[in-house]
Formats: sequence, C-alpha cells, structure tokens
Amino acid sequence: MSAVIGQPTATVRIPVAQSPRRIAVQRFCRRPAAIIGMFVVAVFIITALLAPWIAPYDPIKTSWTMIRKAPSWANWMGTDENGRDVLSRVIWGARASMMAGLVSVAIAASIGVPAGLAAGFIGGRTDMVLSRVVDTMLAVPNLILAIALAAFLGPSLQNAMIAIGITAAPIFMRVARGATMDAATNDYVEAARALGNPAWRVAVRHVLPNIVPPILVQATLAIAGAIIAEAALSFLGLGQQPPAPSWGSMLNSAQRFLSQAPWLAIFPGAAIFLCVMSFNLVGDGLRDALDPRGK
Amino acid sequence: MKGHLGQRILQVLPTLLLVSILVFCLQQLMPGDPALVLAGEERDPQVLAQIRAELWLDRSLPIQYLHWIGGVLQGDLGFSWRIRQPVLQLVATKLPVTLQLGVMAFIIAVGIGVPMGILSAVKRNTKWDYIANGIGLAGLSTPNFWLGIMLILLVSVKLGWLPPSGYVSLAEDWRQSLATTIMPAFVLGNAIAAVLMRHTRSAMLTAMDQDYVRTARAKGLPERVVILRHALRNALVPVVTLGALELGTLLSGAVLTEQVFSIPGFGKLIVDAVFNRDYPVVQGVVLVTATVYVMLNLLADVLYVVINPRMRGA
Repeated sequence: MSAVIGQPTATVRIPVAQSPRRIAVQRFCRRPAAIIGMFVVAVFIITALLAPWIAPYDPIKTSWTMIRKAPSWANWMGTDENGRDVLSRVIWGARASMMAGLVSVAIAASIGVPAGLAAGFIGGRTDMVLSRVVDTMLAVPNLILAIALAAFLGPSLQNAMIAIGITAAPIFMRVARGATMDAATNDYVEAARALGNPAWRVAVRHVLPNIVPPILVQATLAIAGAIIAEAALSFLGLGQQPPAPSWGSMLNSAQRFLSQAPWLAIFPGAAIFLCVMSFNLVGDGLRDALDPRGK
Repeated sequence: MKGHLGQRILQVLPTLLLVSILVFCLQQLMPGDPALVLAGEERDPQVLAQIRAELWLDRSLPIQYLHWIGGVLQGDLGFSWRIRQPVLQLVATKLPVTLQLGVMAFIIAVGIGVPMGILSAVKRNTKWDYIANGIGLAGLSTPNFWLGIMLILLVSVKLGWLPPSGYVSLAEDWRQSLATTIMPAFVLGNAIAAVLMRHTRSAMLTAMDQDYVRTARAKGLPERVVILRHALRNALVPVVTLGALELGTLLSGAVLTEQVFSIPGFGKLIVDAVFNRDYPVVQGVVLVTATVYVMLNLLADVLYVVINPRMRGA
C-alpha cells in the first residue's frame, strides 16, 4: 500500500476491439435523419398496434348527420363521405399498411433469400436456372405484375400482400446471391468446409449470418416500396376492400370530393408519404452504417 | 463490341420465352372456370363446352400454351372478352398515348434530376446538397397518385390553370394536348427525377475525384468548364444507362397516373380490363409491357457500349 493518495497515476489505454455490430449501431446513431426516421417508424408501428384503443371513433361506423365535415376539435381530420371519422380511419389504415409492408417483405425474403443463397453457394446450373427465373420476373415492371397477380387471384388485402411479396422476391434473390458469392470466398467458409461440414450446414450456419446486413438494408427499403405498392393496389381497388380502412382506398374515394372535401385526400396521402419517407431514411441510414467502407 | 452485343441479344430470347410462359401461367391462377366467366349468366353445358373448345381450354396446358404462343408470334394477342376487339388493336390505339406521356415525363425527369444531381455533387456537404438530397428523398417517398391528386387540387381546383383530367391528342390540338398531359407527365417524371438525381450525384462525385479532372483544374481551366466538359461528360455514361432502365418505372407509374387523370392510355386499359375480368387484355398488356421493358434493357446495354469509349474495343 505504497501509493500516495492524490498523486496522478499513469494509465495505459488498451484499445478494445469493437464488434462490427457495435460499430454499426454507433454509425447509425450518428445520423440524425436515420434516428428521426426510426422514431417516426416506431410511432407508426405503435399506432398500428394500438389502433383499437387510440382511434377516437369506430372507423367503419357511418353517420348521415356527419357527412364531409371539415376538420374540427371533435374530428381532427374531418369526416368522410359516409360520415366516418378520417383520423380513426387513418389510424386503422396504418394497421393495413404496416401489415402489408411487413408480410409482403417476409414473403419476398422467404422466397428470395433461400433461392439467392442456393444460387450463390451452389453455383453452376442451379445458379443459371434461378438467375433466369429472376431475370424473367424482373422483366415485368413490378406494379404491372402485382396488378396482374392481384387481378387473377382476386381483390383482397391478403392477395395484394401475396402479389407484392412475389414481385419483390427477385430483388432479395439478387442481393442474397451477390452477398453469398462474396461471403463464400472467406477463409472461415473454407475452414468450415475443410472440417467436413455438409454444404447445407456451411451455407446456413456460416454464410447466412454473414449476408444478413445487406438483406436487412434491402428489407427496410422494400417495406417502403411495399407500403406504396399496397396503397397503389388499394387505390385501384385491388387491395383492402371497403369498408375496411386503408390509406390507398381512402385516396380513391377522396378523388370524387376533391373540391368539396380536400382533407379526405390530404391526410391519408400525408400518412403514406411520412411512413414511406421514414422507412427510406432508416434504410439509407442502415446502408451507410453497415457499409464496411464507411466511417 | 459486336460479340458482346450479339451475346446480349441472344440472352434476351430465353428471357422473352420465360416471360411468355409466366404470362400464360397467370391465367391458371384465375379462380374458377374461365368459360363460366365468359358465359356470364349462361349456364347451358353445351354453350360452356363450345366456349371451352373455342378457347382450347379442353386441351392440355402445354398444347394451350403452344396454341397461344403460336398466335402471339403471328401478332394475335387474343380477343377482348368485353370490347370484342383484337387485343393487339386495343394495345396499338392506347400505346401512343402512354408513349407521349412517358416521353414528356422522361424529359421532365432529366431536366430536373440531372441538374439537381450536378448541383448536389458540386456543392457537396453544403445546404444546397442537403436541399437537393431532401427533395430527392421526398420525390422517392411520394406516391405518384397522391401527388397527382394534390396537383389537381392546387393547379386545377384552386388556381384553375390546367384541366384536371382528360386527354387531347397531339394531332388534334397540340396546345390542348400539352395542357392535358403536362401535369400527369410531371407526376410521372417526379420519382424518376429523384432516382436520376441520386445517380448523377454519385457519378459526378466519382468523376470529380479522377485524375483527368485534377489535370483540367491544374491547367487553369475555369471551374464551369471542368465540371461541364470534363466531369459531367464522363459521369453521364452510367446515368444514361441507368436512366434508360427507369423507363420501366414509367410503364408502372403510368397505370396510376392515367387512372388519376383519366387518360385513356395503356395503364387505364389494364385497370379497366382487370375490373371487367377481361383476362386476354390483361395478359396481352403484361406481355407487351414485359417485351418493351426487355427491349429497353437491351437498348440501355447497347447505349452503354456505344457511349462508353472503353467498351468499344471489347
């Protein structure tokens, strides 16, 4: 116990290697736009989850005495052509949009990622066949294919989500394929192979976890695209069916009353814009944060 | 260069073949019997059998496909169940309308997107860069059907400057034609302008980091000349090709834009066909759209080789 109290002691800072995940989180947190986007996305998700409790009125209850009332204290976003509260419908519409975004992207990823993993890891004929299928699907513009699929499957939110998911799958396949081909050249994959692991195990246990970052970025941006696509299909009458609320179908009916009740078009559209922009901001932030060349 | 192009053209053929199979298979997704849809109220088994025979629905799927693709190769895309006209004829009357809209939209997109991308790159990390990026992001996040509705509200309903809907062909009255299409063209071009802005910015930043730009500056050339003659000329190579790929987005966007502005084009044709369960028209439109899109991709590749001096010797 020879140390003198109050005397400064020399400290040596040993650099601690940070995990890539920690670095990515730090980079993401340095981007205010991405943080704002994340916050707004969280608000939309909470709104969608709590819709039955936070919506001030029943979104499908009509009232003939309340037709096309302008925004007021009683109805913050006014009422629609059937006397329904627009705010309540926007809140419930968030549920349809969020569900469409998440379910469509889940469908797209569950088709595209395994296909891309197989194409990139096995290569050869598997890659050739799968790549041809992807080229074929990408040859038809997304929305046109989604409209055709939704038309043949029948108009409903569920079929719209399937149609959007199928049309978004090729992009996931491309991203997963590219990332797999890149990851497959790493030493740890060679080592796993040399240890005698079967190919599927190497692909699932060693390659798949390493291709998650680009897929995560793609998924975030794809949710934004899926929300717009669902709104577009509902706008055309091929998605959520009335009287169930959805932002796209609200815009469709708002068109007829543009000069008398512009609020019917302003609020649902603003909700789509805000939600999509927030997902795009998060996607851009994630891409920058997960880019190994970034600072 | 010829070898590369020949190879690329050969790659297009299997893609088109697979697209035709995909389009044909769409009909198989249809719930129920197509003959019942076509017969309407008629439930006479004899009539239904006759319809099935006429449409080759009583044959096996591969035979149905061969019959259908044989017709397509001879220019027969089928017959509209509702309008009672050949699908090709319908497509031929609607396509010029969408083409006019598409060309105008593309001109608007290039006119906005490329200068904004240049400004953003040249003024990197300044308020101009942030403003341009913000506008670009907003453009990408705005659903074009909502933008259309908002513009109708502002420009047509409030200000009364332009008609809110309808279409007049160029041959009929070019002034009126421009008046009816300028707003939808702006709506359609908006998202592409945002994409072009991002591509141009990225390509300009890369170009401005190159040795030849440094050399041009070292020679004492004015900054305007360095940017426009040296950096932009090289940066435009990827922008032109990526821009050509965006023409597919135009085809998708036209469906919604034409619906909002009641323009009787290609997009409205498919939507009307969907609601009238006119499946041959849906199939025909998807097939033509896909073929046009594949050809545009091919054109983008050719363009890339033609304008990129390094590829000419390949």
